Amino acid sequence: MKILSSEITPYKTYLNRRKFIKSSLASALLATVSSSVFANHDSNSSVYNKYLNENDKLNSYEEITTYNNFYEFGTHKKHPHLNSGNFKPRPWSIKIDGLVKKPQTFDLEKILSNVTIEDRVYRLRCVEAWSMVIPWQGFQLSELIKMAEPLSSAKYVQFVTVFRPEEMPGQQKRTIIWPYREGLRMDEAMNPLTILATGLYGHEMPNQNGAPIRLVVPWKYGFKSIKSIVEIRFLDTQPETSWETLAPWEYGFYANVNPNVNHPRWSQGTERRIGEFKRRETLMFNGYEKEVAHLYKDLDLTKFY
Amino acid sequence: MFSTRNFNRSKPVLFILILFPSLLWAYQFVTGNLGVNPIEKLMDELGLMALRLIIITLMITTLSNIKPLKSIVVLRRMIGLFAFYYVCLHFSTYIVLDHFLDMKFIIQDIIKRPFITFGFISFLFLIPLASTSTNNMIKRLGFKLWKKIHYLIYLVAILASMHFYVLVRADKTEPVIYMGIIILLLLHRIFKKLTRPQLAQ
Repeated sequence: MKILSSEITPYKTYLNRRKFIKSSLASALLATVSSSVFANHDSNSSVYNKYLNENDKLNSYEEITTYNNFYEFGTHKKHPHLNSGNFKPRPWSIKIDGLVKKPQTFDLEKILSNVTIEDRVYRLRCVEAWSMVIPWQGFQLSELIKMAEPLSSAKYVQFVTVFRPEEMPGQQKRTIIWPYREGLRMDEAMNPLTILATGLYGHEMPNQNGAPIRLVVPWKYGFKSIKSIVEIRFLDTQPETSWETLAPWEYGFYANVNPNVNHPRWSQGTERRIGEFKRRETLMFNGYEKEVAHLYKDLDLTKFY
Repeated sequence: MFSTRNFNRSKPVLFILILFPSLLWAYQFVTGNLGVNPIEKLMDELGLMALRLIIITLMITTLSNIKPLKSIVVLRRMIGLFAFYYVCLHFSTYIVLDHFLDMKFIIQDIIKRPFITFGFISFLFLIPLASTSTNNMIKRLGFKLWKKIHYLIYLVAILASMHFYVLVRADKTEPVIYMGIIILLLLHRIFKKLTRPQLAQ
């Protein structure tokens, strides 16, 4: 992947935009509680643009926060933005169980004090054939896994979203089986690209994007990047995941972005980058082929889609 | 009792009311006020409007069985043609804006994806309906044949609602409501035909 830092939004512009966003009223409220998350914030611009192509431009804060798939708040793209106002992302803790040395519950604050928050700008490709470029802040999932001390028998990691129908109106309806569940193979989870994100555009993670902590796996379709995580389980068998359970002929466990594997609803050959008029070609592994292709060298990707 | 004249008089108002959304969406599209993914939004709105209008034409036939509303049937053609208008806009949005006239891709899309297949067949069946919706055509074809051609609307409605049903990923409430209405309207027609065959059209 080529990086021409002159061609993408430079870090300075991004910081300026961050300041601009912070100056708006709504975000001023958010900013008041954000200090803890950025206690260890590492603002190294080379990390920031390491994973971008030269023709990638950041999507706006508005685009990223008003067009979401987060069925816990409703099934329309604007529902998460409109219906997530009552969600309380603090205090928060994550239960660690399954094949670990000692099952335990970590306070989010404790996790954050043990990690360094980095900027990671990733392409996000939705299975519905649209995509965005999002400046996340977060840390590698591998850091949390090390804290969790899984046993050597653990081959898979399962994630569970919080279940709070009183705060998440979409959960009052059985659109999918709640709580939302996702999973990764251990080597996918340990890959340096895989992060737990706690913020975007320098903000605490907005409710509609999966506050306070969510997974981001940039080479897989967006539905793998589970939001508002309350539980992480280590398993020796492949876990059930929500979309695969609902429609296994459409959504597989792996869900790697792959322009050559057709989906019955959407052609995966092209995508619309939000903000652009013409579709663009979808890249193998969403353009992260170099970083992750080796994970699947023995796997038939048309069978394990 | 509403007379044919009453209904005919309402036509210009109805015309503007049904035309208006398309003008509004076109304006919002051009000025960039159709949200974050405007092409998708435009396509969804146009398609939903078309489906609703198709269902309304079926409802009109049923309503015209109620004595005081007998003359409502004079509105059916206009609404049916508007349904075709919205389907055409919906389809051209898909062809031109969504896929930029990439015909190879579009043909594959129509064949491979069941929901697009349903929508496309539904569109094809609407063409003979729309093109025979003049008094002259009724005369030329004879009422009986014309009537037969227009039975296609049942297929159109079922396919269009399936097009919507398959498209929706998880919460199927809305498409199920439309399907339910269509099935009820069809059952009513079958019931009418069985019980009073001489009155059935």
